[in-house]
Amino acid sequence: MDYKKIKKEKESWEKHSYSKHVQKHPERKKRFENLSSTEINPLYTPLDIQERQYLDDSGFPGQYPFLRGIHPTMHRGRLWTMRQFAGFGSAEETNQRYKYLLEHGETGLSVAFDYPTLYGYDTDHPMSRGEFGKCGVAISSLQDMEILFDGIPIDKVTTSMTINGPAAIVWAFYIANAENRGISKDVIGGTIQNDILKEYIAQKSYIFPPEPSMRLIVDTFEYGSQHVPRWNTISISGYHIREAGSTAIQELAFTVGDGVEYVKWALERGLEIDKFAPRLSFFFNAHNDILEEIAKYRAARRIWAREMKNLGAKKTRSMLMRFHTQTAGCSLTAQQPEINIVRVALQGLAAVLGGTQSLHTNSMDEALALPSEKAVRIALRTQQIIAEESGVTHTVDPLGGSYYIEWLTDHMEEETYKYWDKVERLGGVLPAIEKGFYQREIAHAAYKYQKEIEEKKRIVVGVNEYELDEPIDIPLLKMDEKGEERQIHRLKKLRKDRNNQKMKRNLDRLQKAAEGEENMMPYILDCVHSYATLGETCQVLRDVFGEYEEPADY
Amino acid sequence: MEQKIRVLVAKPGLDGHDRGAKIVARALRDAGMEVIYTGLHQTAEMIVEAAIQEDVDVVGLSLLSGAHMTLFVDVAHLLKKKGMNDVLLLGGGIIPEEDIPKLHKEGIAGVFGPGTPCDEIVSFIKKNVKK
Repeated sequence: MDYKKIKKEKESWEKHSYSKHVQKHPERKKRFENLSSTEINPLYTPLDIQERQYLDDSGFPGQYPFLRGIHPTMHRGRLWTMRQFAGFGSAEETNQRYKYLLEHGETGLSVAFDYPTLYGYDTDHPMSRGEFGKCGVAISSLQDMEILFDGIPIDKVTTSMTINGPAAIVWAFYIANAENRGISKDVIGGTIQNDILKEYIAQKSYIFPPEPSMRLIVDTFEYGSQHVPRWNTISISGYHIREAGSTAIQELAFTVGDGVEYVKWALERGLEIDKFAPRLSFFFNAHNDILEEIAKYRAARRIWAREMKNLGAKKTRSMLMRFHTQTAGCSLTAQQPEINIVRVALQGLAAVLGGTQSLHTNSMDEALALPSEKAVRIALRTQQIIAEESGVTHTVDPLGGSYYIEWLTDHMEEETYKYWDKVERLGGVLPAIEKGFYQREIAHAAYKYQKEIEEKKRIVVGVNEYELDEPIDIPLLKMDEKGEERQIHRLKKLRKDRNNQKMKRNLDRLQKAAEGEENMMPYILDCVHSYATLGETCQVLRDVFGEYEEPADY
Repeated sequence: MEQKIRVLVAKPGLDGHDRGAKIVARALRDAGMEVIYTGLHQTAEMIVEAAIQEDVDVVGLSLLSGAHMTLFVDVAHLLKKKGMNDVLLLGGGIIPEEDIPKLHKEGIAGVFGPGTPCDEIVSFIKKNVKK
């Protein structure tokens, strides 16, 4: 390509065409910027990516550096998994919702747990007050897990579970339930989120301090690679970082940085990279700026491949980044909720164009309550329209080669490495967490975004422009009010009926393992098999490891 | 000199969503108020104790988990029990329309849902604070 000639012609265009036009017809804003406050030029040309070597920097899908996708055929071969995050009330109610979703064409399950479960408390713990089943399903024991998946073919459907602090225990519930149903550990497939770093950084449902938490996670890597080969033992998540208010660049930088940190901890333990790395997975947000989001996913794949290679990965499978995407909950408006359907469609489209492996599309009513059946069906239909009608699945990485997309991909990658340098100067990921670096970065970005909305520098349709003074008229989900009572009754009965001597012995053995250096997974499995509850098992670990609390800062 | 309005911003219960609480805390501070933020995972007892210790004029609760009908009301009752009737109690988060009148009745004077401009909260406090 003759860059000199293009440069000359571009300068001439700027002088004779663009500037003259702008003098007569000024642009709508002095400065155009995306959600990361990156200034966007009026036009991108080959000049913006002339440093780029196609074969090294882009390559082909299914080959290093995976910029264009992780499979040779991408969505031409297999569509992404349509996986709606769902859970509310009791295990019985959520079981019904799963069956409903599967009947309507969903292809994977995704469990939302309530707050007590996320913190490793049983439903009848004092801290659980008011929270039963509120933002997910309450699972206090193996018995609840049995009910949750009753009649669902867990040898065929894969299940993702959003659980972090007590992930090892809840995963053990799932494994034990499969075993009791005669399904072997090497058959079941799914994901546990198990990403504690982003809990300290953004989501804040942590239990133990960082070091023992990291040990538990490496235990699951090791156990999974030996016994549960189809399970993703972590889903390294940017979603919550973004929801807490970060920019797209921060989401990218912090998340992939966390991924590298987990790998370092596992290597430190002596695990072989090509044994555990193929089961690492990622989870990103899809916000409103479609093109920035697409660039983010592409940059993430390339950075991950490079870093994994540098860390010694030899297998292709260890270098490719598989990720789930969820549309941005924080972008939904309580005002005129129906228009959220449109936002979700655009965000879902970005995820698909970015090459996602699985997708959750939010329901229109989620700024008001948990989604109703109808709202969640429309959300699922939205992905089905993208898959079946939009045509974007016909070719791999359809926007690859767009000057803007390629420039933005490179730019986001550069910014990521700048953030990593800052973290390095603070002493690494854990010291940066302890110093509140990520938390402050995110809080600043969130405040800036809010101010821009209030000053109308950013328009949110229905909130600060195009408002409508009309009562909201969509039906909200109603939960079974008897659910909590039933659950507490069931727990009491379980504690009486099980073999308490055996259970206690298993808890004691777990305590010894936790105090030592052994892998805790087999001991946790013994505990849950003998129907120790989530709260009881977690309390053993709380006693050994202590609890984490972050300093209050805003 | 006029005394600054003192506000306690608090996160009751297990909910870790602190984006809104932090934004509101900063906005109130930028509007000239004295803001104390409790941090996460507070019980009603801890919040009311902090309100007494810090001698605040306003308590702002933030909760996005849906447990507001229990946890906001717990704080309201405990404030009343401790004789803190002058404290202006506010709540914000994912709160369905139909819950708002019930919360008002329990003593949560202002309830703010998603998309509320910070200015609206500032004016509400200035208009309703008892000092």
